[in-house]
Amino acid sequence: MPAGTLYRGREGMWSWVAHRVTGVLIFFFLFVHVLDTSLVRVSPEAYDDVVATYKNPIVNLMEYGLVAAILFHALNGLRVIAVDFWSKGPKYQRQMLWSVVGIWVVLMAGAFYPILQHTLRELFGS
Amino acid sequence: MSAETTTPANDAVSAYDVDHPAPVIEPPRARTRKTPKATRTNFEMYGWLFMRLSGIVLVVLVLGHLLIQLVLDGGVSKIGFAFVAGRWASPFWQAWDLIMLWLATLHGANGLRTVINDYAERDNTRLWLKALLYTAAGFTIVLGTLVIFTFDPNIR
Repeated sequence: MPAGTLYRGREGMWSWVAHRVTGVLIFFFLFVHVLDTSLVRVSPEAYDDVVATYKNPIVNLMEYGLVAAILFHALNGLRVIAVDFWSKGPKYQRQMLWSVVGIWVVLMAGAFYPILQHTLRELFGS
Repeated sequence: MSAETTTPANDAVSAYDVDHPAPVIEPPRARTRKTPKATRTNFEMYGWLFMRLSGIVLVVLVLGHLLIQLVLDGGVSKIGFAFVAGRWASPFWQAWDLIMLWLATLHGANGLRTVINDYAERDNTRLWLKALLYTAAGFTIVLGTLVIFTFDPNIR
């Protein structure tokens, strides 16, 4: 195991890993999402059938995961832009990552009920 | 620098003179006859810039999209053909979705191109993975654009 550096095994590396993993996941979802939306050109029934899948409790939970991935990718992407274009960006990259994580936690907590309310009502009644 | 380290270097220099010139070492990045001329553009720089510019726009478009589709008004419960028809009745949301489709697909395709270049070490693997990627991205953009422009709320 090589000795640690400013980058290896630190915030910079792990945010890069997370950015990459979430990016690939989002791209695959985008492909599927355009396919399912294109069913509006087949018939209203075909579209409503596939959207019913999105209302399944497990898929609903996956939507919460999708929002988590997109929200991290968006916030960390803004951090990457700040590192590249803001003169003090590289100096504060670590603080900016923890700000990203903090904002992400708050927004994800706030989005928990609105996104999962469909499932919560279905499982525990209204 | 001490004298001990400079002395051998002086000896090495003295090994060459006008009749015995030192061999010419070509700089590693010099252009040779084999260097392709057509690929020497700023494509990667524009790709880098596009990721940042499209990223800023996508933050607004995608987070707005998620807010409308998954957070507001009962979350996913309300989504259906009627909901889509209602939104695409407005040119504003049609334009929103069209720009989001194009930017997201190009942004994602360029991101995956980077990932493929990083991990696929064999030339043939890279070629085929990128061929598959560009096919999928082109298909997504064409299909999505057609769906937005040809949407018919009275299909039944």
